[in-house]
Amino acid sequence: MSLRSPLGKVLGSGSAKDGTGHWWAQRVTAVALLVLGAWFLLALSPLTVLDHAAVQRWIGQPWNSVLLLLLGLVLSYHSSLGLQVVIEDYVHGPFMKVVSLILNKFFHAAIAMAGVFAVLKIAFGAG
Amino acid sequence: MAEFRLPANSRITKGRHFAAPDGATDIRRFAVYRYDPDSGENPRMDTYDVDMASCGPMVLDVLIKIKNEIDPTLTFRRSCREGICGSCAMNIDGGNTLACTVTAEHGKGETKIYPLPHMPIVKDLVPDLTNFYAQYASIKPWLQTRTPPPPDQERLQSKEDQERIDDPAACILCACCSTSCPSYWWNSDRYLGPAALLAAYRWLVDSRDEAKGERLDDLEDPFRLYRCHTIMNCTQTCPKGLNPAQAIAETKKMLIERRH
Repeated sequence: MSLRSPLGKVLGSGSAKDGTGHWWAQRVTAVALLVLGAWFLLALSPLTVLDHAAVQRWIGQPWNSVLLLLLGLVLSYHSSLGLQVVIEDYVHGPFMKVVSLILNKFFHAAIAMAGVFAVLKIAFGAG
Repeated sequence: MAEFRLPANSRITKGRHFAAPDGATDIRRFAVYRYDPDSGENPRMDTYDVDMASCGPMVLDVLIKIKNEIDPTLTFRRSCREGICGSCAMNIDGGNTLACTVTAEHGKGETKIYPLPHMPIVKDLVPDLTNFYAQYASIKPWLQTRTPPPPDQERLQSKEDQERIDDPAACILCACCSTSCPSYWWNSDRYLGPAALLAAYRWLVDSRDEAKGERLDDLEDPFRLYRCHTIMNCTQTCPKGLNPAQAIAETKKMLIERRH
């Protein structure tokens, strides 16, 4: 039981003076994904025969590599922003919330780097 | 983690049935949520068969008739019975609205009446709005200025400037919008909710107010403002036809504009 005033509870620790950057980044990455996603689908559609060598050659072309890298990075950034919102919405236990927020960042950093590595490896022909 | 079932003491059981009196000619059934936290019993749904031939046209008329003639233990708030006080806000057939402005004849079959969703219940259809009112108080809903008022007249405002606050100032704080918002259900301890944010917007766009910067500072918070994910339940349910979702979107735009 708390005898704190209702207004005191609502005012809490005050405003974080933050959140606008997160919100704006979500919108900007969404617009970028519209463009990159459309490019990805249109560019892949001529590859009627999706055999391993043809796809490798396609990824290896410079502009395709650059745009694929962008797509992977923007997608994982956008996904990490979105999942953070979901966690803040639904995970309320203080311990679980911090753990989820950290794991969210780790996971998206990892898949972003894996994507970068995969594209670069093909582009520079080490495979 | 999120809870997907109601706590054991909040699950609704079947309640009593009150049959219509002999000689009733136009019977309509109303299922009403009943809960007395002091009794230790679970909430229940009581059903009342009401003779509409001797009842007023609105859902509030039905509730008053039930309380006067059938079951005096039924508890609800009401005052003006004309949609301006906001007291009789409740959930009728799945939508938050004012009992006094909804016809009792809408829909088929029984009419289901619940209190506003996801609020602590004082009794039956009376939710505890303490936190809701504190959130309204927290946005400082009054004119803040540094310029002293003119000594011999009011602070003037153009007709166009007045029109910008006409709509948001028409909010009656019935809490229909905030309690229709899932973000408010899960995070009402930190998210201000559409009603308080609409009120904040009303002062942000008031041409006489000089605290816009401080007001935006207070709102700029991942929980206070940005829990709004623009699903627009608030605008859909508002019994006064106002648009809290747009006010929130405009507030977000102000925050973007002042940093670019």
